[in-house]
Amino acid sequence: MGHGHDHDHDHDHDDVSLRVKALESLLVERGYLATDAVDKLAEAYEHDVGPMNGARVVARAWSDPAFKARLLEDGSKAIAELGYGGFEGGHVIVCENSDDLHNVVVCTLCSCYPWSVLGLPPTWYKEPTYRARVVVEPRTVIGEFGYAVPADKAIRVWDSSAEVRYLVLPQRPAGTEGLSEDELAALVTRDSMIGVGLPLEPARA
Amino acid sequence: MSVKDAVATMTGSAALPRRNGELVFAAPWESRAFGLAVGLSQAGVFTWDAFRERLIAEIAEWEAAGHPAEEWSYYACWLHALEELLEERGIATDAELDALMEAIASVPEH
Repeated sequence: MGHGHDHDHDHDHDDVSLRVKALESLLVERGYLATDAVDKLAEAYEHDVGPMNGARVVARAWSDPAFKARLLEDGSKAIAELGYGGFEGGHVIVCENSDDLHNVVVCTLCSCYPWSVLGLPPTWYKEPTYRARVVVEPRTVIGEFGYAVPADKAIRVWDSSAEVRYLVLPQRPAGTEGLSEDELAALVTRDSMIGVGLPLEPARA
Repeated sequence: MSVKDAVATMTGSAALPRRNGELVFAAPWESRAFGLAVGLSQAGVFTWDAFRERLIAEIAEWEAAGHPAEEWSYYACWLHALEELLEERGIATDAELDALMEAIASVPEH
């Protein structure tokens, strides 16, 4: 690590752990943070908030046309009906995929992401490569994730910001007519809600 | 093996939290650094926008420096942005952190 480049945050791994520890204890000591504040937050985002929240939103939209209409009208408000929202959840706009249109989400500036429904962004979402390339060659990038978008389907790229986060509403897979909302939610992948993949196919009986 | 792969294949006590098969944090300090910034913002020490702007600037600076992709660390940028903001607000200085790091490092592991 750190072969003579000039940026001074290039600590090695042990150093950076120690530095974060020092920073935390100093902030607690000075009363800026409660002792367990960081534990609670880290835990909440590691375990409680994940793409399952988003998957439930999608499954509800597939099952309930009235909810879907509300979701497309005002994403944040409809998502709040399921109890999801809060910090950094902000204004969520839901982009619906169709036979003619596929949506994909990026944040070209940093890594804005609908945390309250998808949890923390995956590693690749934050990398400069994805952020730069998906805007220029979305079809190729999505193809590399394993989904070949049909040539006659348009692709729209949505660039997130601090004010607006996007959630892709994938198309309901064929052969899922009899499934419950829970069963549907299990088919909805994180990647399908970012737009770099499709939901899973229902298991064949 | 890239750094990313090396981090992703750690096992045992260093094994990483995953969701949908993806790493969420590459190391425990990353989730601590994450929690610090979010916690301070929630406590009103700084606004989320103030932090986010720092982070964007930090990432842009890293990219402008033309570093090879395998050295990319989102949370290193995150931590540096946080430290700068705290120094600017007079909450914690670089020198104080250095001193405290030394003090913690000199305590033997229990």
